[in-house]
Amino acid sequence: MNNYAIDLSLKPTTFDLWHVYLAGAVAVLALILITVLLSMVISQMRYKKRSAITQTATAPEPAVKIVEKIVEVEKVVQAPAPEPVVLKEATPDAALQLLGLLQKEARFIDFIKEDIAAFSDSDIGIAARVVHEGCNKAINEHFTLAAVRNEQEGSKIILPESFDAATVRLTGNIVGNAPFTGTLVHKGWQVTDIKLPKLTLGHNAAIVAPAEVEL
Amino acid sequence: MSDSPDQAQPEMVNETAESENNLYESAAVEPPQTSVSGKRFSVGIDLGTTHCVLSYADLENIDDEEFSPQVLAIPQLTSPGSVEEKHQLPSFLYLAHEAELAEDSTSLPWSTKPDYLVGEIARNLGSKTPIRLVSSAKSWLCHTGVDCKEPILPAEAPEEIDRVSPFEATTAYLQHLCDAWQNLNPNAPLEQQDVVITVPASFDPAARELTVEAARAVGLDQAILLEEPQAALYSWIEKSHGDWRKHAEVGDIIMVIDIGGGTTDLSLIAVTQQEGNLELTRVAVGDHILLGGDNMDLALAYTVKAKLEKDGKRLEPWQIQALTHSCRDAKEKIFNNAEIDNIPLVVASRGSSLIGGTLRTELTREEVNRVLVEGFMPKVAVSDKPISRPRTGLRTAGLPYAQDAAITRHLAAFLSKQQGATDELKDINLPEHASFLHPTAVLFNGGVLKAGTLAERLMEVLNSWLSAEQAPEARLLTGVDLDLAVARGAAYYGYVRKGKGVRIKGGTAASYYVGIESAMPAVPGMAPEIQALCIAPFGMEEGTQQELPDDEFGLVVGEPVRFRFFASNIRREDKVGTRLDYWTDEELDELDEIEVTLPEDGRRPGEVIPVHLCAAVTEVGTLELQAVSQKDNGRWKIEFDVRAGE
Repeated sequence: MNNYAIDLSLKPTTFDLWHVYLAGAVAVLALILITVLLSMVISQMRYKKRSAITQTATAPEPAVKIVEKIVEVEKVVQAPAPEPVVLKEATPDAALQLLGLLQKEARFIDFIKEDIAAFSDSDIGIAARVVHEGCNKAINEHFTLAAVRNEQEGSKIILPESFDAATVRLTGNIVGNAPFTGTLVHKGWQVTDIKLPKLTLGHNAAIVAPAEVEL
Repeated sequence: MSDSPDQAQPEMVNETAESENNLYESAAVEPPQTSVSGKRFSVGIDLGTTHCVLSYADLENIDDEEFSPQVLAIPQLTSPGSVEEKHQLPSFLYLAHEAELAEDSTSLPWSTKPDYLVGEIARNLGSKTPIRLVSSAKSWLCHTGVDCKEPILPAEAPEEIDRVSPFEATTAYLQHLCDAWQNLNPNAPLEQQDVVITVPASFDPAARELTVEAARAVGLDQAILLEEPQAALYSWIEKSHGDWRKHAEVGDIIMVIDIGGGTTDLSLIAVTQQEGNLELTRVAVGDHILLGGDNMDLALAYTVKAKLEKDGKRLEPWQIQALTHSCRDAKEKIFNNAEIDNIPLVVASRGSSLIGGTLRTELTREEVNRVLVEGFMPKVAVSDKPISRPRTGLRTAGLPYAQDAAITRHLAAFLSKQQGATDELKDINLPEHASFLHPTAVLFNGGVLKAGTLAERLMEVLNSWLSAEQAPEARLLTGVDLDLAVARGAAYYGYVRKGKGVRIKGGTAASYYVGIESAMPAVPGMAPEIQALCIAPFGMEEGTQQELPDDEFGLVVGEPVRFRFFASNIRREDKVGTRLDYWTDEELDELDEIEVTLPEDGRRPGEVIPVHLCAAVTEVGTLELQAVSQKDNGRWKIEFDVRAGE
């Protein structure tokens, strides 16, 4: 042990090969550390950008909730929790997809875009069957729908104090305090389950019906 | 700040994926452990003519009476660019033109560019471009006279399309199912599960062999086969939760009638007693009948087409296609709702103008009854035989569709032909005067029989035969899901093989013969007489083998030697070594020739080696034929899948 006493005041007078190696290694390690840190910082910055994009693409759920149809008065848009940018960017894909499905199964856009004034009711009726049958299939396949209220329409119902104003819309003579008694005008619809096809990355949802060319 | 959880997520996913990989790797290092404890699921695959279904059940957490198989939701492309999960994978394959689909529009969750387009997308694209659509690959597997590994499908495709073989198409469907499973259960590789694949009971040995080979091609070396009607019965047993013993009794003969999209498959299963326990034995299977629900939809479409043409409207092929689709839906509505007597049918124009160009007609209950009930299930006598026209001299390269659409006539022929199927079972007593085998219970399977009217008619016809011979009416066994029963039953079979529940005894569905020239003096201008030598008897059990040491053949080294090959699903009494000098066409069906080539290693080419034949039924459920050398006990496999190509 005594042979290896540590003397911090000692200074080497010559550089042997071993120390040259050590110095070199220190230099190389320092270089690596700097590169790694730099690349991490850069990738972090890039990733932030990309994740903002992917998030907009992969978050169709908030849009989905809007499918609920409630009694005839126009819906008061509540301040939605997610950032507006996210909603704006996410909506087109899901909406376009739904349009595509309705066109594919029910020729929905063909029907809506056609000028029906020139046709007789019976001609329109025939086409309406195509649209009704197809819409029925498309909607049933991808959405599970249920009534918001299960009571008979036209019957008297009582709304307790704690009723949810988002699912039941009050109209008419709104005075006084809950519980409210009123007539059920529309039973309302809510989507309880949704199963939309997933889209491949390269898919352009804006083409709701490709042009068809027969060879 | 809301970014941060999202940032963390991909990393976590990567980590778990890595650790799974590690698990998998370490599992691969110690194979003995994984092969025992790694198997967790019993997986049943129904490889149907028109749809594939995969059902599975956890083998670890089940009690005896609580077996609840689930059906895999199979992710598949439904149209370019969109992927949906469906319980059925349509058995179609589409060979797209390279310019037809946009890049990246065909990716699946597990592959950016799958080798083949299969499933819903194939059916959809193929409905508009039939020359590129491969369908009914399964029926081709059992088609004598074609080489199933030759690229022959689609049969109608023009020269420039690279065709695929029926074998490749089958492999592609299995590969898709495998990938879907792997994608959803990355921790439980399918090759480590108990896998049961169903085949029609009427599949010949070559078709069974090809199915197993396709399974091996996707890595499922452990997969075993099960006949579809048996699978349906297993599903019924499983669904009854142990109650089936109350619904079946000793002496019962259960007839399983499976009418799918493309084929009709029949089987008879006898209920006998052994030391107080009920036993099930599959005693007979029907011929391979290419007749099913698709024929019915087409028949309706042509009826409606004729009606429209009478009004002077010409239909184009795409309109007939659309009409077939709407006929299918309309038929179901009429069958399922007694109040509806006619359904309007509309065929929309192809252009964007919907209102002017749409064709309207209607389908009435009377038409559905006339075409489907009377056409496919006429009231016939049990002595009736299916009408068969002699085939025209030039056979086109198509499938041998059934010539008589009357399913009841096929049924009558089957029951009459199998009259002696239960002779050897002492628990089954057929009356002396019986002219056909009397089933006592019926189990339906297949989507067609969801239509109550058709099911009732089938029972009515069968019961009229029975009461004509003073036999009690057959009971209908209910409770199975007609679309998914086969896959569920197959998953249940994996559980039964663990020694739980009752197992249907079966063995080979036919006896097998090779043709040998008899030692008669040759007569000029006449083909030499041949004898049929029985090499595998009826009902040979899995895992057994039979040798014929006394019947020697000389095989020439290095040259392929071919044998004519026959099967019989009614000659039950023949033992191995039985020689038949004479047989009727009804008794023996000629299958494709079988072939063996003795390799030259260590022998002189041209040398004649004396061999005898050996037949074995493997645990997998396939028939294996071997030539065994008398001298040095060398064994060579005799191949089935060399189909008469010329």
